[in-house]
Amino acid sequence: MALNESDPGDPDPAGTGPGPGRVEYLSATVDRIAKILVVGAFGTGKTTLVGAVSEIRALHTEETMSEASTGVDDLAGLDHKTTTTVALDFGRITLNDQLVLYLFGTPGQRRFWDMWAGLAQGVAGVLVLVDARRLTDSFEVLGQLEEHGLEPFAVAVNQFPDSPDHPPEALRAALDLLPETPLVYCDARDRASTINALKVLIRHALARATSPTSLTAPGRSQLP
Amino acid sequence: MTTAGERHGSGASPVRPYVLTGGRAATRHGLTVDTLLRATPDGPPLRADAAPQTRALLRLHRGGILTIAESAAYLGLPVSVVMVLAEDLITSDHLHQHAASQFAEINPTLLQEVLDGLERV
Ligand SMILES: Nc1nc2c(ncn2[C@@H]2O[C@H](COP(=O)(O)OP(=O)(O)O)[C@@H](O)[C@H]2O)c(=O)[nH]1
Ligand SMILES: [Mg+2]
Repeated sequence: MALNESDPGDPDPAGTGPGPGRVEYLSATVDRIAKILVVGAFGTGKTTLVGAVSEIRALHTEETMSEASTGVDDLAGLDHKTTTTVALDFGRITLNDQLVLYLFGTPGQRRFWDMWAGLAQGVAGVLVLVDARRLTDSFEVLGQLEEHGLEPFAVAVNQFPDSPDHPPEALRAALDLLPETPLVYCDARDRASTINALKVLIRHALARATSPTSLTAPGRSQLP
Repeated sequence: MTTAGERHGSGASPVRPYVLTGGRAATRHGLTVDTLLRATPDGPPLRADAAPQTRALLRLHRGGILTIAESAAYLGLPVSVVMVLAEDLITSDHLHQHAASQFAEINPTLLQEVLDGLERV
């Protein structure tokens, strides 16, 4: 990540006490916003990717969620609640004077779905980050996308120094991707590489939106 | 990499949010993490007993427009807490949703505009 690292700015511009530095407000000329979700298992590069492309210092927040526990705990007849922390990374790219793109990075596992579902409303697309060294970690995330009919999505395979040299066809087969789902190699630390992955996703979204016949595969439903 | 929020935003204990919200959840104004908020110009004075975090949220938004997620990160508070505080401030006419608050409808024109924007980045 690069932006503003050497520019501490006003340490407390809005007088908010323990604030993180300069507040980067949205331009008042903006009248439309679009969003892309970045999902992936732990360590696949979500925080890195959002930081690499964001024009504002990428922000990170954590949300504590209550979950009703299920299974053996319930045998005691008590209404247990457990809390889970959900990390949310976000960044912003101004596309033109009126239009801003927000990136929201969040783990895509089942237990995060409550939070994820709200975020998923009105997304332009979902970028799924995959680490080829740990493909099975991504099954749950992909399963959740399918289960909730969250589309369109593209898969970005982040390249780590010790990543296996799988050809794209092997990765597609292992992840059971539909033929039309784009798969792109990416270095989440690199802005150009990451922008390219976003473009692949949006081109796919555009193709789907303009050719209604290729809309949904059987068994997949659209979000309302 | 250490982002701003990781340095400042992750220390909220579960007790503090509860005290701030009284255990309430945001339900009244249909806010989501990506709702854009701005301060109402010349809004009424805040109640004398408003929490410091409520004051901080209003002060932050007097500077300009931000999403709830961004405000939460700047203030080091959970998103769910900021939603409750923001609802109170909307009800009391200190904050309101920015015009662009609803995400644009996804259609080919918008997607093309997003793509064109990314090409220029
Ligand atoms: N080589 C390489 N390392 C990466 C890439 N993306 C992330 N990393 C590193 O992998 C680690 C985990 O990344 P992070 O963004 O924290 O993953 P997250 O858990 O999905 O947010 C960090 O040390 C990153 O520097 C990538 O594309 N290539
Ligand atoms: Mg992360």
